[in-house]
Amino acid sequence: MSKQGLLSSSIARKVSMALSAFFLMFFLLQHFAINITSVFSGDTFNELSQFMGTNFVIQYVMQPILILGVVFHFVMGFILEIKNRGARDVQYAKNNGSANSSWMSRNMIYSGLAILAFIVLHFIDFWIPELNTKFVQGDMSGLIDPANAESGLRYFEELQHKFVHPARVGAYCLAFVFLALHLMHGFNSAFQSMGANNKYTKGLKNFGTAYAILIPAGFIFIALFHHFNH
Amino acid sequence: MKLTLKIWRQKNSNDKGKIETYPVDNVSEHMSFLEMLDVLNEGLVAKGDIPVAFDHDCREGICGMCSMYINGEAHGPDRGVTTCQLHMRKFNDGDTIYIEPFRAKGFPIIKDLVVDRSAFDRIQHAGGFVSVNTSGNTQDANAIPIPKDDADNAFDAATCIGCGACVATCKNASAMLYVSAKVSQFSLLPQGKVEAKRRVLNMVDQMDKEGFGNCTNTGACEVECPKGISLENIARMNREYLKASI
Amino acid sequence: MAILDSKTPAGPIKDKWTNYKNQINVVNPANKRAIDVIVVGTGLAGGSASASLAEMGYNVKAFAFQDSPRRAHSIAAQGGINAAKNYQNDGDSVYRLFYDTVKGGDYRSREANVYRLAEVSANIIDQCVAQGVPFARDYGGLLDNRSFGGVLVSRTFYAKGQTGQQLLLGAYSAMNRQIGKGKIKMHTRHEMLELVKVDGKARGIITRNLVTGEIDRHSAHAVVIASGGYGNVFFLSTNAMGSNVTAAWQIHKKGAYFANPCYTQIHPTCIPRSGDYQSKLTLMSESLRNDGRIWVPKNMDDVMAIRKGTKKPTDLSEDERDYYLERRYPAFGNLVPRDVASRAAKERCDEGYGVNETGEAVYLDFKAAIERYGNETATISGEKNASLDRIKELGEKVIENKYGNLFQMYEKITDENPYKTPMMIYPAVHYTMGGIWVDYNLMTTIPGCYAAGEANFSDHGANRLGASALMQGLADGYFVLPYTIGDYLANDIRTGPISIDTPEFVEAEKSVTERLEKFINNKGTKTVDYFHRILGKIMWDKVGMARNAEGLKAAIEEIKSIREEFHKDVMVPGGMFELNPELEKAARVSDFLELGELFANDALMREESCGGHFREESIELDGEQKGEAKRDDTNYAHVAAWEWTGDPSKSNLHKEELTFNDIELKQRSYK
Repeated sequence: MSKQGLLSSSIARKVSMALSAFFLMFFLLQHFAINITSVFSGDTFNELSQFMGTNFVIQYVMQPILILGVVFHFVMGFILEIKNRGARDVQYAKNNGSANSSWMSRNMIYSGLAILAFIVLHFIDFWIPELNTKFVQGDMSGLIDPANAESGLRYFEELQHKFVHPARVGAYCLAFVFLALHLMHGFNSAFQSMGANNKYTKGLKNFGTAYAILIPAGFIFIALFHHFNH
Repeated sequence: MKLTLKIWRQKNSNDKGKIETYPVDNVSEHMSFLEMLDVLNEGLVAKGDIPVAFDHDCREGICGMCSMYINGEAHGPDRGVTTCQLHMRKFNDGDTIYIEPFRAKGFPIIKDLVVDRSAFDRIQHAGGFVSVNTSGNTQDANAIPIPKDDADNAFDAATCIGCGACVATCKNASAMLYVSAKVSQFSLLPQGKVEAKRRVLNMVDQMDKEGFGNCTNTGACEVECPKGISLENIARMNREYLKASI
Repeated sequence: MAILDSKTPAGPIKDKWTNYKNQINVVNPANKRAIDVIVVGTGLAGGSASASLAEMGYNVKAFAFQDSPRRAHSIAAQGGINAAKNYQNDGDSVYRLFYDTVKGGDYRSREANVYRLAEVSANIIDQCVAQGVPFARDYGGLLDNRSFGGVLVSRTFYAKGQTGQQLLLGAYSAMNRQIGKGKIKMHTRHEMLELVKVDGKARGIITRNLVTGEIDRHSAHAVVIASGGYGNVFFLSTNAMGSNVTAAWQIHKKGAYFANPCYTQIHPTCIPRSGDYQSKLTLMSESLRNDGRIWVPKNMDDVMAIRKGTKKPTDLSEDERDYYLERRYPAFGNLVPRDVASRAAKERCDEGYGVNETGEAVYLDFKAAIERYGNETATISGEKNASLDRIKELGEKVIENKYGNLFQMYEKITDENPYKTPMMIYPAVHYTMGGIWVDYNLMTTIPGCYAAGEANFSDHGANRLGASALMQGLADGYFVLPYTIGDYLANDIRTGPISIDTPEFVEAEKSVTERLEKFINNKGTKTVDYFHRILGKIMWDKVGMARNAEGLKAAIEEIKSIREEFHKDVMVPGGMFELNPELEKAARVSDFLELGELFANDALMREESCGGHFREESIELDGEQKGEAKRDDTNYAHVAAWEWTGDPSKSNLHKEELTFNDIELKQRSYK
């Protein structure tokens, strides 16, 4: 065991960043898989959403873990950034970072902050109303009109409603671009942190790049799809 | 060639320091970068000024003493070279060249472009060795065959010259590439495996104590490393560290 | 003139070292803890000695002027390290390594020392492998070897073109283990400027902290000087910029005899000089001569056309080329020893056949090797009708695997692609066989003061074979000195700590301070490098690859006068108590200016040609060896050890006669 205790050694910190990143990337994939169904079938989307919104394990085990994971990833990201800035007290008068590293890798804090801002927006849009409906108003039915069992599930309608305003759609698309940038470095960086880098991991690198582009592009597609098809 | 040099001047570790401008002409493209500075310094001495202090010794790219941040890059714009191997043909007539010391909290400035890299030595003291006495009474050198791939990879890691370009260039001033090169060399060889766990824990512990930043895998170190030490070594050190920690 | 006693033990040569080790005094472990040893220099010899002595239990104080022990210039050695392992089954043995080294040294080394060197050579490889030094291996996982100049077996172990680096890092790691334990106190960025003698014994040194400028006293029961060679007396050499003679010269001035200063190795394969601003020369490993062929054009017209740029070397047909080494030395060809290869290059260039603008360059051509390897690879891979271009491509790959880093280095420096056009090379000062005189124990003529590695004179005679410097440095540091020093220190177990407050220390410190203050206050008009360059030019022109009485006498006078001018007119800016590279250089060049004169005097005294020392007056006048160097065993089969008297030209000569019981003295023939 490290002599420095949990999470105080530099490698332990980066491993913890990588582990939380893996978790978040898995969550993202799952989130995407559910969302993309909304493009093909409002009903499927509704059913999946209802399941996710009411299942005990998802709601009271997975969701807290997810929130913890998100908070941990951000807090640790900030701690690392502050420590790393402190490791060079005087800056270079001239620094040519683009000569040796990608913009993405040097600006994870900024793409991360953009994503954080997006998450706040996303919470305001969906999560807080959801909490309000479920726990303040006490409506656990998931119906458009809780008094009318025939009114159908509300999730798809709410989704479409949110993507009406072009400013919000724009904000979402921009956020996904940042997410793509974050992932373009983050995906493979997480593997590198966990010690996966040798001649066998070339395929993994390409997969990471594909993941970083396709998933956010998919989310953008969903947002635009609903904007133009409501 | 005529050049304008913008050089960091700092009297000693307590001085604040600033960039000074020096014009130089009659620079031949066949000169090495340090020879160009020699010419500048001879001129300064002749005028009674204090010459620019910089570290250098072998001037053939192997001792790791030279350490300059030239136009925003460790060891300058060329690849696979140290500052002493950089030649003026990489620059153009009329260029302005920024020359700064390697900057990191772990590398305090001694004077001008000279920095104190003793932190690197202290990391080695913590575990950069195989605990074997120098009696010569070890077993025969061919007693343990070592697969050529392992021997070659160990060699590649061992070619690190300890110049500190990785730290200088890393946006986090992280020393992971340097430390991982030594950890990798020994973890790939049967002789080093015995105390591999202790070694990686102790060396990383010391690295952190010296105030270097955390690695965020930007890969800049690998690009600027004059010896092309691979990022694979950092991954290997991460693995070794995890193995040792669990 | 006195006779020097080498203290070589009696008995048959193969048993000398073993028997001697069994008989010498040993210090018990508890007493070792009370004994301090100073080691100056942390290259292969100093680093390995520090680590070994600390392991044994002594308190070691180690000093290096660089910022880390790992930066000592041993790190730049490229080719390899010899050892009589006979892994290749080509008939190698301790005796053969011994014989080759004595013969290669032109019979001017001490037999017993060389035999011991050959004897411990195999242990070095075992030791280094145990330390994790990654030597090159073959596909079976066993160690690989290559061959080097002057020998007929493959006994050179290597780690690509960075063998010195890997071995030094091995010694550095052994040091680190002891530094971590507190057994070595490492002083980096410290330069030794004076030896302190108490009651005639070496008891300490005075150093300058190169960062703060403070002058410090350090005491010990014995002092080991492992500060390397003095090739920088030539200004341009393959040595590092900081390599200097100061530690060795200061002990010389305190009573250690300086032996054979004129034995200098001029390495045949270095990148030629390109301009007046040049600060150092870069070596291209001797291993290149395994595959490269050296030539100049046969016709003067072609030489002129090449210099003008109207013809390229690749335009010349085989008939128009003079492969002069193969012509003159058919048996060894391009693999003759270094001194022979260097002189042959100089001979061609002096005749006007040099191929660059300065007229000081010959070609090292890989075309034949590329085609040979290309054909081989094509045959192996079954490409029967491969085109010439394809063959070249395959051959270049083989060459790249063998020498890739050297070719890259050449291209970086010269901006020419050596795969396509032949390399240009010229000899350059590389190594100094001469150095502080030591006896069989590696002790100098000052009791308690030792010299190891390139700083001493003992093992290479008048010429060192390739890949033997690393062997000697490590043999001295790991396996010889740690034993022999105990024999002396056994008498010191009751001495107790050495005080640094005695008048001897006070006096030595004062003299150092005065010497340095003088430079600072001199306020002359010329830089240190100005004088160093002039000294270098005198040395190269008159005391270089070929020497004659007239030139040497002129050199002595010129050095004297430049030294006087230096002390009158040198300009050292800055102060004492700060990092001041100009002050460091001034102190070093001041010592070079004295050494240079002794060097020339030694060369003048030795009226024979041997190894790296070539006197134009002493050549074979006829027969098969016509024009080759002529040794004079009747009058000069001795070591010339010089005693300081205050004036380099008036030094006292002491002779150690060299006797050869196990090798017959013969003329070296590589024909």
